[in-house]
Amino acid sequence: MSDLRELYQEVILDHNRRPRNFRAIEGANRHAEGYNPLCGDRLSLYLKVEDGMITDASFQGSGCAISKASASMMTDSVKGKTLSEARGMFEQFHQMVTGNADPLAHPERLGKLAVFEGVRNYPARVKCASLAWHTLRSAVDAKDEVVSTEAE
Amino acid sequence: MTSIASIAAPSQAGFNVRRIREDFPILRQTVHGKPLVYLDNAATTQKPRAVLDALTAYYSEDNANVHRGVHLLSERATQAFEDARATVQHFINAASTREIVFTRNATEGINLVAQTFGRTRLGPGDEVVISAMEHHSNIVPWQMVCEEKGASLRVIPITDEGALQLEEYERLLGPHTRLVSIVHLSNVLGTINPVQQIIATAHRRGVPVLIDGSQAVHHMTVDVQALDADFYVFTGHKLYGPTGIGVLYGKEGLLEGMPPYQGGGDMIKSVTFEKTTYNALPYKFEAGTPNIAGAIGLAAAVGYVTGIGMDRISAHERELLAYGTAALSGVPGLTLIGTAAEKSSVLSFVMEGVHPHDIGTVVDQEGVAIRTGHHCAQPLMQRLGIPATARASLALYNTREEIDALVAALHKVRELFT
Repeated sequence: MSDLRELYQEVILDHNRRPRNFRAIEGANRHAEGYNPLCGDRLSLYLKVEDGMITDASFQGSGCAISKASASMMTDSVKGKTLSEARGMFEQFHQMVTGNADPLAHPERLGKLAVFEGVRNYPARVKCASLAWHTLRSAVDAKDEVVSTEAE
Repeated sequence: MTSIASIAAPSQAGFNVRRIREDFPILRQTVHGKPLVYLDNAATTQKPRAVLDALTAYYSEDNANVHRGVHLLSERATQAFEDARATVQHFINAASTREIVFTRNATEGINLVAQTFGRTRLGPGDEVVISAMEHHSNIVPWQMVCEEKGASLRVIPITDEGALQLEEYERLLGPHTRLVSIVHLSNVLGTINPVQQIIATAHRRGVPVLIDGSQAVHHMTVDVQALDADFYVFTGHKLYGPTGIGVLYGKEGLLEGMPPYQGGGDMIKSVTFEKTTYNALPYKFEAGTPNIAGAIGLAAAVGYVTGIGMDRISAHERELLAYGTAALSGVPGLTLIGTAAEKSSVLSFVMEGVHPHDIGTVVDQEGVAIRTGHHCAQPLMQRLGIPATARASLALYNTREEIDALVAALHKVRELFT
C-alpha cells in the first residue's frame, strides 16, 4: 500500500471526497468541456475572468479520484491568477505529471499541486490528472470546443 | 491474503487447473511483487505453450507464401494454412471449408459482411436490428452502411438485469428488416443470448442473422449448423490464439452471392485490364497474403481447448463464476452489473464512492489485472446509467484462489477510499 499512497496522497483523497468549487458559476464568461474517451470522464469548467484575471473558477462532472481531485485543486489554485499565469501553470503541471520536470526544483511554482507528482509513475493515469488542465487551457484560450485528452 | 475459502476447487474428472496453468508460461510471473492474477480475459486471453510452439515451428521450419509456390516450403505452408481452416471448420461444425474466411479479427468479419452483404441488400427505408448490449464493433459498421444506403438501425432493449427483451425483438422485426446482428455473449454483462431462438424467429420472417461470437467460442460449444446461423464471427486472440487472426463463417449460398470485400492477390482467378474473374470461396474474400502464422497458431489454440474438452472448460468456468458471484456479493458497497439468468465468465461491477479507474489501479498494485472503463460499449453504459464498470473476466486457467485475491484487493480499495 505504501506505493499507492504516493499516488493517492491524503490531500488527493480529501479533494476526491469533498471536491472544492464543485458548482456552476452564475455569469461565468469562460466555459470549456473536457472529455477523456478512454474512461468516459467528463468535465465542465467555468471561469469568471475580469481584466485578464481569473476571479472565480469551478467545475462539474464525473470522474475518478485523480481527475476529480485535480479539478478541485486546480480551480482553487488558479483563482486570483492572470490568464498568462494560468497558462504557465498548465505547462508546469503537464511537465510534472508526464515526468519531464522535477517539481522540487521550483517548489514555489506549483505549490500544493506537487502532490500529483506520483502520477508520473502511473502512465495510465496521467490523462486523469491532466484532463482538468487541458480543459482550463481551452477555457483560457477561449476555444469553444470539447477538448479531448486524445487530441494532444 | 485473506481467503474466504482456501479449500481447493473441486476438481472435475480430468480437469486439473494446476496442470493447465503450467501450459501458460506468462502466468508464472509476479507483478508489483505479487503473483500475477490475470482476470482480463474478455480483453484477451493468454497463450498456451502449444500455440507459442506452433508459431515458432512455422517460422523456423515452414515459412513461405501460400497458394502460389511450387517449392516444398510453400507446399508445407499451404498445407498447414489449409489444415488450420479445416480445424476451424470442425471446431464450429461448419459444413465446408469454403464457409471459413480468415480475417484479422471479429471486427473485420462484421465489416466484411456490412460492406458486401449490407451494401448490396440495404436500400432506403430498410432496417438492421441489433441490441442495446452490442460492442462498438457490432454498431459502427452497420451505422456506416445504413448512412450510405438511407437505412436505419433498430435496437432491441434489455432488462435491468441485462437480458434481451425478446418480445420487443419480435415487434422490431418487420417488412423492412434485412438483417439481425447480435452478440452471443456480452463482453460487459456476461449475458448469454438465446441465439438459437433469435435466429429461428428471424428466419420465420426470412431475415438472415449474424452472430458475434467473440466472447462465446472459448467458453461453450458452438455449432453453427445447429444454431442455423447465417454468419458467425469470432477472433483468435480471445480463444488463446494469436492476435491478428479472426474467422468469418458464412453459409455458402450467402457468401457466393456477395461481392468481394477487398481486391488484390489471392482473391482472383484471372486478371486482365478489361476484366477480372474472382476466385472461388473462401479465397474471394481473402485478398493479399493472409496471416499464415496466425491461422496456424489459431488452429493450435483450437486443438488445445478441444483437447481439454469444451464441456469441461464450460463446467470449470461456470463453477468459478458462481464462486466469484458469491464472493464479490460479499464485498460491502459492491454492485454486480449484469445478473441475467444465463451468463458466463464475466463479473462486471461498480463500488459505491469509488470510480472504476481507481479500483483498477489499486487492484493492479496487488497483482490483479482487471479491465475498467466502458468496454467499447458506450450505448450500453448510457442504458445502465453508469460511466464505466470494473470487470473481472474468467478463463480456463483461473482459480478460486485468484478470485480470493481479487476480493482481498477490493477490500484494500474500500480501505483506501472510505
